[in-house]
Amino acid sequence: MLVLLFGLLLTALTLSTFGASAAHADEINTDQYDYVLSGNVQFGGEPIEDVLISVEGGGYEAEVVTDADGRWRIGVPDNEETYTVILDEDTLPDGVIVEEGNSETEAEFGLTDSRSVNFFLGEGERVTVSFFDQFLNRFVNGLNFGLLLALAAIGLSLIFGTTGLSNFAHAEMITFGALATFTLSVAFSLPIWLAILIAIVLSGVLGFTLDAAIWKPLRKKGVGLIPLMIVSIGLSLAMRYTYQYFYGGSTSQLPGSGLADINFGPIALSPIDMASMGISIVVLLAVSFFLLRTRIGKATRAVSDNPSLASASGIDVDGVIRIVWILGGSLAGLSGVLWAYFRPGVSWDMGFQILLLVFAAVTLGGLGTAFGALIGSIIVGLFVELSTLWLPSDLKYVGALVVLILVLLLRPQGIMGRKERIG
Amino acid sequence: MSSNSVPTGKPVKTVDMHIGEAVPGCKKKDPILVVDGVSRTFGGLTAVDVEHLEVPRGAITALIGPNGAGKTTLFNLLTGFDKPDTGAWTFEGTPIGGKSAFKVARMGQVRTFQLTKALGLLTVMDNMLLGAKGQIGENIFRSLLPFLWRKQEAGNRVKALDLLTRFKLDAKKDDYAASLSGGQRKLLEMARALMSEPTLVMLDEPMAGVNPALTQSLLDHILNLKAEGMSVLFVEHDMHMVRHIADWVIVMAEGKVVAEGDPHEVMRNPAVIDAYLGQHHDEDLGEDPDAEKEHVGAIKELLDDEL
Amino acid sequence: MIDWGAIFSNAAVELISPTTAAYALAALGLAIHFGYTGLLNFGQAGFMALGAYGFAISTLSFGFPVWASVLVGVGASVVFALILGIPTLRLRADYLAIVTIAAAEIVRLLFTTNTFDALTGSANGLSGYKGGFADLNPIPEGTYGFGPFEYNAYDWWLRIVAWTIVVLACLFTWQIMRSPWGRVVKAIREDEDAVRALGKNVYSYKMQSLILGGVYGTIAGMIFILPRAVVPSNYQTSLTFFVYAILLLGGAATILGPVIGSMIFWVLLSFFSGFIARAVEAGWLPFMSSVQAGQLRFILVGVAIMLIVIYRPQGIFGNKKELAFVK
Repeated sequence: MLVLLFGLLLTALTLSTFGASAAHADEINTDQYDYVLSGNVQFGGEPIEDVLISVEGGGYEAEVVTDADGRWRIGVPDNEETYTVILDEDTLPDGVIVEEGNSETEAEFGLTDSRSVNFFLGEGERVTVSFFDQFLNRFVNGLNFGLLLALAAIGLSLIFGTTGLSNFAHAEMITFGALATFTLSVAFSLPIWLAILIAIVLSGVLGFTLDAAIWKPLRKKGVGLIPLMIVSIGLSLAMRYTYQYFYGGSTSQLPGSGLADINFGPIALSPIDMASMGISIVVLLAVSFFLLRTRIGKATRAVSDNPSLASASGIDVDGVIRIVWILGGSLAGLSGVLWAYFRPGVSWDMGFQILLLVFAAVTLGGLGTAFGALIGSIIVGLFVELSTLWLPSDLKYVGALVVLILVLLLRPQGIMGRKERIG
Repeated sequence: MSSNSVPTGKPVKTVDMHIGEAVPGCKKKDPILVVDGVSRTFGGLTAVDVEHLEVPRGAITALIGPNGAGKTTLFNLLTGFDKPDTGAWTFEGTPIGGKSAFKVARMGQVRTFQLTKALGLLTVMDNMLLGAKGQIGENIFRSLLPFLWRKQEAGNRVKALDLLTRFKLDAKKDDYAASLSGGQRKLLEMARALMSEPTLVMLDEPMAGVNPALTQSLLDHILNLKAEGMSVLFVEHDMHMVRHIADWVIVMAEGKVVAEGDPHEVMRNPAVIDAYLGQHHDEDLGEDPDAEKEHVGAIKELLDDEL
Repeated sequence: MIDWGAIFSNAAVELISPTTAAYALAALGLAIHFGYTGLLNFGQAGFMALGAYGFAISTLSFGFPVWASVLVGVGASVVFALILGIPTLRLRADYLAIVTIAAAEIVRLLFTTNTFDALTGSANGLSGYKGGFADLNPIPEGTYGFGPFEYNAYDWWLRIVAWTIVVLACLFTWQIMRSPWGRVVKAIREDEDAVRALGKNVYSYKMQSLILGGVYGTIAGMIFILPRAVVPSNYQTSLTFFVYAILLLGGAATILGPVIGSMIFWVLLSFFSGFIARAVEAGWLPFMSSVQAGQLRFILVGVAIMLIVIYRPQGIFGNKKELAFVK
């Protein structure tokens, strides 16, 4: 609804004439960053206007359109990063394609602050990927993204269910897993599998510590749910900037993140993507088994349902909550590692970038229901990736957030939630 | 309006309100609330299924029944706090089924809650003033011009103070409501409801959690409502209270009205005893010893009273 | 050696800076939402962005005069409040929190995307919209003031307008909160079912409150961009959290709390970063770089939010008894 409204508004605005356009279509972020990638798109000596050039790398993304002289400039934050520069062939005139090499090239800065990237164009028909193939590829990517979101969402949902806390600092628990893996594998040179395992254990310890040091004392003090939520916001800010304090603002890569894609028909997946999906599925199955079959898991669901009743029937509510925090922390940590490979890159605010999507997933599924969170996550993941088929990639999160609002409008209890009984 | 006289001895009962036999759903000579075919289910469980029900005007009607009989759910439905699956009802002849709670309240059907909803961080006086109807200053634009509402506010203040004096809360008028005792909050909630000059007052368990010392004064206040021409419908577990003040009793069990009648006659009705015993038998024995004791106690009370 | 004079005068300047005024006004809007009505609006950054962009786009793209640009911003925020409120005000309080935070992000992403670059300037933002406001300035050219408070005519004009708006907003809020309208919204904060049972249209009151506080946020957004440019990355969720920090510092259900809270927040922040930056330069803190010094203050804001909520939930000016939290 919001998008529709803004769309209408902005279309209306665009149709009318306007004088002072403040931004230049051919330059982006050149004031903001010191390093500049630039180029000139020409065919047969003639400049081509309105060709879309995008740059990706180190977690940074930007797009620009060539001006009347075929020129473009993009500012980038880091000169040690390798950036992928992509020319969108769909925006070339008919009958023109990128002739030599690919429409994607890698660009590195040497000792200079600027680097020019040129594409060689020629005549020819471009081979377009069919819509169905694109759809399939995006679908698999979306599934992968949804599964890693689910790992974080289930923890968030279990914590909400058992304690009533909307934990904004969950984002920082996600980041923690990735940062710990990065530290262990790069600074301590541990093999990546061992680094990940230790990082997950440390994330569980973090969950335990947060509960023991902050949340349990506050529960005992009888602090209300909304003050608790605001405390979690403060904690989130403090932790996030503590990460930035120690790790800086740049993006780093985990070992193995650059592995090449393997094609399965139209679907291109790297070994890491496949491992990520496999791990997510196995872990999610294990969590389901835990919740459905084990005594502690059943107790957890009982506490989620009705804490006072659970407590009255002899369940150790504090014990259950402690386990939920450990589990939630470990799952968030794992999710952070997978997110670091998916983005790709490790950075101080990576968890915060997906926090809203995780909240959206939990709300979509129905607050406090673990399996709802799983389904909500997959819907959000698919939605984010599939929406890029129609929406510009810098608006891909918008679609998921709009769906969240629409679902609340139509089915406020969430997809899996129960209608609440009043009175 | 402030009759401070405390009714002494046995309260005057209103009699002869129904037409024909006192059966479930029987017609009343002058009903204020008429309910037809109201049902509400929660995930397959029928909480309320009332075919026909009439609540008499100018009388105190008690709604009783074992735990889970659907009394509070019916209350919530009738006051617009919950939506029924089916059904319609009229209040003073106007259909109000499906109307939102605030519209129902504006029409003069005001309720209180089982768990008191004193607005803790407002003063007792503010709690009272909130109850007044048709306040000019409650409009966001007119609120900015105090000269428009100051006079009305002063009038409401006098009225509130008068009510507070009757309910012996006048000394507390500037305290936060959160500082009141449980019983005082019940009184405040009732006094606040009276600020709107209702025609039908609906009390959900007015005696629950009230200090025994306050019970008598609370009963007297309820009797006063009738004396001032209001109708009262209340949910209660305390059988002594029901016997003492109710003019008419409606008994619910498993969502249905199973009996109606004069408080003394209805207690003899086998359907009532069945309702309490029946629930007792249906329950897993020993699952909830308290509930069991409560029900046995209730039955004893019912029978003792008549022997 | 550390130049204490510069640190203190830089901090003192924040007392009356337009940014302080903008945050104070945004926090006052949140006080109406959260402190008085109990609405968990986590999208104040969205309202501020609508004010900033509404004003700037109307001026730049359509050449609207100042008053019309202001109206466009206010109109946009009323529509935004309706869009947020219609689906969520009937639901539990935490849904409003999630929806407002999501909607504010949607707004920011729509202002950031390249798709609408011609209007919004995408990631670069907008500038050059101050002419109309500067033309209204009755103060003759020149520099006025004393000590650290020495500004040119435009800067004085901006400060006078900003603080006049804040004072008017305070008076307005004070009047409305002591009226029967204020009594109803405070009662809704305590228990909305009780208010419903007394015949008040709770939904409508919540909506009015959401719109009113949102409009404050929008006007704050306009004040915020007058001393600087419109940059979309300013409107992240953290902005809302900072405004909450100010509100909690001053007291959530108070009129002056947000204003004094904003002054304390900015003066302390400026003092602190000035001190740390110079201490790092002077080599007092060998373990810290100057970039790290800049991040330290955000860590402290986070810790301060936690400590205030736990140990002094009523804020500096709040009444100990009237804790402004919804249960």
